[in-house]
Amino acid sequence: MRTILAIFKKEMYHYFASFIAYVLLAVFALISGMYFLVLTSRYSEISWYVSQRPQMGFDMLNIAEELIRPYFSIILTVGLFITPLITMRLFSEERKQGTLELLLTAPVKEIEVILGKFMASLLFYLIMITITLPFMGILIKLAHPETGPIIAGYTGIILVVGAFIAIGEFISSLTENQIISAILTFGTLLIIGILSWISTFASSKIAEVLSYLSLFSHFEDFAKGVIDTKHIIFYLSFMLLGLVLTYFSIESWRWRG
Amino acid sequence: MITAEKLTKYYGKVKAIEELSFEVKQGEVLGFLGPNAAGKTTTMKILTGFMPPTSGKAFIKGFDIATQSLEARKIIGYLPEDIPLYDFLRVEDYLDFMANIKKVPPLEKTERIKQVMETCGLVEVKNKLIGHLSKGYRQRVGLAQAIIHNPEILILDEPTTGLDPKQIIEVRELIKRLRGKRTIILSTHILPEVSQVCERVIIINKGRLVATDTPENLTARLKGYNEIHLEIRGDIDSVRQALSVFPQVKEVMLVEQKETEVARFILRTEKEKDLREELATFIVKEGWGLRTLSLSTMTLEEIFLKLTTEEEV
Repeated sequence: MRTILAIFKKEMYHYFASFIAYVLLAVFALISGMYFLVLTSRYSEISWYVSQRPQMGFDMLNIAEELIRPYFSIILTVGLFITPLITMRLFSEERKQGTLELLLTAPVKEIEVILGKFMASLLFYLIMITITLPFMGILIKLAHPETGPIIAGYTGIILVVGAFIAIGEFISSLTENQIISAILTFGTLLIIGILSWISTFASSKIAEVLSYLSLFSHFEDFAKGVIDTKHIIFYLSFMLLGLVLTYFSIESWRWRG
Repeated sequence: MITAEKLTKYYGKVKAIEELSFEVKQGEVLGFLGPNAAGKTTTMKILTGFMPPTSGKAFIKGFDIATQSLEARKIIGYLPEDIPLYDFLRVEDYLDFMANIKKVPPLEKTERIKQVMETCGLVEVKNKLIGHLSKGYRQRVGLAQAIIHNPEILILDEPTTGLDPKQIIEVRELIKRLRGKRTIILSTHILPEVSQVCERVIIINKGRLVATDTPENLTARLKGYNEIHLEIRGDIDSVRQALSVFPQVKEVMLVEQKETEVARFILRTEKEKDLREELATFIVKEGWGLRTLSLSTMTLEEIFLKLTTEEEV
């Protein structure tokens, strides 16, 4: 536990000691703020339009459908782009600089190192996503939406990004080059993410499997405000898979010297 | 303390070390000597538990490095060749991190960090970023992290490469200070270092053990003769003539003629006999001027070259 904590602290320190963290946070704040503005103004336009024509009914004025759900989808898509930048250096940099060798000759278990790094990346993402909390706060205060979809949305995003990070960590352990690590991670996430689109071209059995494996398709329920344990288990298994693969990758790296 | 049994390591098809066996006793300072790519680093990486050998076994204080790696790693302090450090941390924070990683008891941690900073002369730079330190200071930080958990064994891979002469001397002094009761293995291709710091030398070349002995014995074993350096003022030809027929002198070499009447010679003599006094008396009696007379022992440098360039010793 102490080792995990020490690694975690060191990684967090690294994020904020380098310029990357602030750039990522700034860019994320800009994008998430912009989209919030766009979606809210669109929603208020619709509201105005409907209020002028009461005969249309107020059915289409569903704030969860029109605002919250698309907003979480955007945040998730941004996560797809940002995760590779968060995870690219986790192991690549330490491999390149040789610090991983020193780390692994200390009395530590690989799994402690892997977990410490994973937790640091996840926490960094959590810090990033707190930027959106004030927006949601404004929304709750002014529009009184149901809070269920919001909580489900955040839960879903954290789970998906957790899976993203586990995959990113694994890929980072495969190469000494941070750029390659980032590009491969982005490519892999994109492919796993859009498996459900690919599945529309496949035969029904394959399509079923592919869309099941898609990281995005399991998010839909969360976005609708449903927290289903089967989706939680799916994402947790994905994280576990990523971490286990990282372990084997590092073991094999040690064998090769 | 350390036992290596027939260690063999292949990188793919390339053989790095082959059936390397040796033992290091407690408290011994062992020098690992060999040219580049001889297998020094590979051996150290195996001993530190970083890399498993292809075959063979290694024991650290009785712990099998393959199956009880964690226990073994607890008593080893290791400094890799290129001193990998976290540049974004301050010296003190880095040592704190390493102390946590190496399970220094929390209550002793602060005191321990202070101690190693004093030992390694880091107090004045403790708030500096490691990335801003000079090579010499980085080396000291590297040594500090190696001893932070007070390990019984220190494994140092080329601890003085890349340093300037002053820093080299400092680091050597530091290593001597770190010794205490510790067992130390250090690798180097700088030969004088071995005779200065180490009690025993293992010479490896192309992954095989070539020789192991104390620096003194190695010198003695390899020397088939003594060399006497002379500088004499006198008629060069007759001096040379007289020296070459001197009893027990095997060979006379004219090294350099300085002025018309002054020259330097090297005499090779029988190994057992020290001829210096007899020569001095003889030269003075002949009426020549004796300017220098000294006995040279073979340097480790020469032994090293001899050992690693010849098939059999």
